[in-house]
Amino acid sequence: MTDSTGSASGRAPAVALTGITKRFPGVVANSDVHLTVRSGEVHALCGENGAGKSTLMKILYGMQAPDEGTIEVNGSPVRFKSPAEAIKAGIGMVHQHFMLADNLTVLENVVLGAEDLHGIGKRARARVRELAGATGLDVDPDTLVERLGVADRQRVEILKVLYRGARIVILDEPTAVLVPQEVAELFDTLRAMRADGYTFLFISHKLDEVRAIADTVTVIRRGTTVGTVDPSTVSSRQLAEMMVGSQLPSPETRTSTVTDREVLRVENLTLRTPDGRALLDSLDLVVRAGEVLGVAGVEGNGQTELVETIMGMRRAATGRILLGGKDVTRSGTLARREAGIGYIPEDRTRHGLLLTQPLWANRILGHQTRRPAARGALLDVAGARLDTERIVEEFDVRTPGIDVAAASLSGGNQQKLVVGRELSGNPVLLIASHPTRGVDVGAQAAIWDHIRAARADGLAVLLVSADLDELIGLSDSIKVMLRGRFVADADPATVTPEDLGSAMTGAGEVDAEGHLVVDRTEEGDKG
Amino acid sequence: MTAKLRSSLLAPALAIAFSALLCAIALLISGANPASALGVMIGQVGEGQVAVDIVNSTAIYMLAALAAAIGFQMNLLNIGVEGQYRIGALVAAIVGSALVLPPVLHWLVILLVAAVAGATWALLPAILKVTRGVHEVLSTIMMNAIAFGLAAYLIRRDQFGILIGNNVSTEPIPESGQVPGIDLGARGTVFGLVFLAVVAAAVYGVVMKRTRFGFELRASGESPTAAAAGGVNAKRMIVVSLLVSGAVGGLVGMPEILGRDHAYTLNFASGYGFAGLGIALLGRNHPVGIAFGSLLWAFLEKAKVALDNVGVPREIATIMQGAIVISVVVAYEIVKRMDLAAEQRRVGRALGTAEPAEADAGGAR
Repeated sequence: MTDSTGSASGRAPAVALTGITKRFPGVVANSDVHLTVRSGEVHALCGENGAGKSTLMKILYGMQAPDEGTIEVNGSPVRFKSPAEAIKAGIGMVHQHFMLADNLTVLENVVLGAEDLHGIGKRARARVRELAGATGLDVDPDTLVERLGVADRQRVEILKVLYRGARIVILDEPTAVLVPQEVAELFDTLRAMRADGYTFLFISHKLDEVRAIADTVTVIRRGTTVGTVDPSTVSSRQLAEMMVGSQLPSPETRTSTVTDREVLRVENLTLRTPDGRALLDSLDLVVRAGEVLGVAGVEGNGQTELVETIMGMRRAATGRILLGGKDVTRSGTLARREAGIGYIPEDRTRHGLLLTQPLWANRILGHQTRRPAARGALLDVAGARLDTERIVEEFDVRTPGIDVAAASLSGGNQQKLVVGRELSGNPVLLIASHPTRGVDVGAQAAIWDHIRAARADGLAVLLVSADLDELIGLSDSIKVMLRGRFVADADPATVTPEDLGSAMTGAGEVDAEGHLVVDRTEEGDKG
Repeated sequence: MTAKLRSSLLAPALAIAFSALLCAIALLISGANPASALGVMIGQVGEGQVAVDIVNSTAIYMLAALAAAIGFQMNLLNIGVEGQYRIGALVAAIVGSALVLPPVLHWLVILLVAAVAGATWALLPAILKVTRGVHEVLSTIMMNAIAFGLAAYLIRRDQFGILIGNNVSTEPIPESGQVPGIDLGARGTVFGLVFLAVVAAAVYGVVMKRTRFGFELRASGESPTAAAAGGVNAKRMIVVSLLVSGAVGGLVGMPEILGRDHAYTLNFASGYGFAGLGIALLGRNHPVGIAFGSLLWAFLEKAKVALDNVGVPREIATIMQGAIVISVVVAYEIVKRMDLAAEQRRVGRALGTAEPAEADAGGAR
């Protein structure tokens, strides 16, 4: 599966980070991080969202300065003040979100900002062709970037950093936006380039991909590196345990509380982009009172769109959404919330909180028409404050008071506040999008407990999560989503994360009723 | 609470001190004595009708700044207050002179007409913004240009203009439509509509702090995405806030028209709308801040005449106004960041943290 990596012994490591610590006000993002990347290897950096991967890469790339610790590149200590200096030292970074000018050609995008290397004319073109040929990053230099698909855009981004002389390339979650075949192509490219002596730092939290491509894996958890392993000698399970910590809190629900009262019914829901591509393709689902319906899928396969359409933040092209038998397809977000939908958004800082406002003002958001936060058109500040105190108490939000700004809480405590607010006012349906993303283990267990308790009280929950253990543990049934469709159903009592994982990439087998075929014999050794 | 008060006073104090320093330097370079320049400006307040003029101007600036602040609350830059108040004043003057109504009711109707006219002038930018995504800065600037042209046309003598003395104006508003002021004899007359500005500021303050509308407005301003997820209808908020902003903008000319001129004349003052934008920034959209900002603005505006007497160019007051606004914007941003960082540290200390990094999340404290 993975090639051997012997060649590097004796040479200085391409990158050596020693004792890196970075503090932000109130938070330590990285603490005593050690990372050694040998020259000519693909080194994966694994960790959950919020574990501190991005901060570490920003430090290596010169976007932020570490408070403590040293960085060595090819054996010599460096101190980058800006990405420009990192580039000069041969380090390039491909960001998760592409930074390309749509209205320029591939060549122009590659050369933009690096005109002094090879000019903008023939020499530049020759150099781009040479790089493209040598690395198999095959894109026509004269095509406009707006015509390119996602995979080609990524190639252009890689070409950009190579053109600037990078020999060490940081790839920030490069597969998040790709479909499986494109991932395979990307990995072929990386293997070929590795043979040419390029070094890669591959950031990901997808363990199967990490195991497929990496020569070495370093796991980072809550800001610090917990170990470096050879992926061929450990299982995905062991890696996962390193990522979440040894205690691995169990989210299991067991005793079924599912009733036969339908709370949410979605029929034939289709959502299109302005140019007609289907983001959601004829989806049907039913969530009953006391039931948790889990939606699994690689991020970017329509889960966000599904949730936002059910919340009324996007308008479906066709289909119906019924809440408790009432058609809410045409209702706005506020009307849906008033009808009893609670919403834990996937990105709490963008969609869940007013960061500079105090906690009690955040309690009002989404409840601005209802008691105890409001009385008619007037806000009930006293009522909101009192209820915020209750949430802080019940949900164990660690804060010195309810007058501090939401931004000054840690991620886990912000999330507990959001969960507490969304479970307020007796909702009938909870839409939970990655409810424990980027929160510490203690907060994670607490949030699971609260969701479980609410479910026992008859709450219907639609749970979208990238954490397969969470999905399997909390859900009463699971649907697998791929490219805007539900491609399989799975029973959480029998399915394993590995089964789900392969179904999410379209590799799973499905029987006549749409149920995932679970084959116990091939456990753990795919590929 | 006192810490909060201190930091909210710190920024404007710093800004005013800094801009005063800038002006002092400018004065020294031009060879004048800053202390004596300030002295004559303060002395000017005691002269003739200047004090009353300052009070009257303060009210006008307050209305303009409130109009701008309503937009600012949700990051809408209504540059169009300038055009909205001109159209509001003109339409109100024309309609007011044609109506026959009992006192009080007459001028109440005129105020309503002015507000509706101002809101109407803001309607097109609002529609363009929510349907076509046209930025309100561009559309309101263009509406300003149209307002100037339209006003110049409507006041022609073949339209609604008549010649009074050697000035062209609209038909005068009859006495029933005039708002009586407080006559202080030789000191001048305080416009009755000064109280309109005070009431408007108070209503604005209550609406922003205590009502659902104000909450939704501020939430949309802080985070449109979080507001949308919280059920705030972004398009509706844009339309409503621009219309309300335009309505308040339409009232800006009313203290002068109903309290002094009783008609829209060729000499109708311009520039209040733009001043309002600066004052709203200076007062950080807070009603009390806006009141003080307006007072400072009015003082600089009315007292600068005296500078000529001591051989200082009066434009130095204009420089000072600009310097204050820029310094305030910068100072607020700095103080805001310092406050947030300090609060994060305080929360961290209170919880004994480094929570996400150190292992035992359960063991904090």
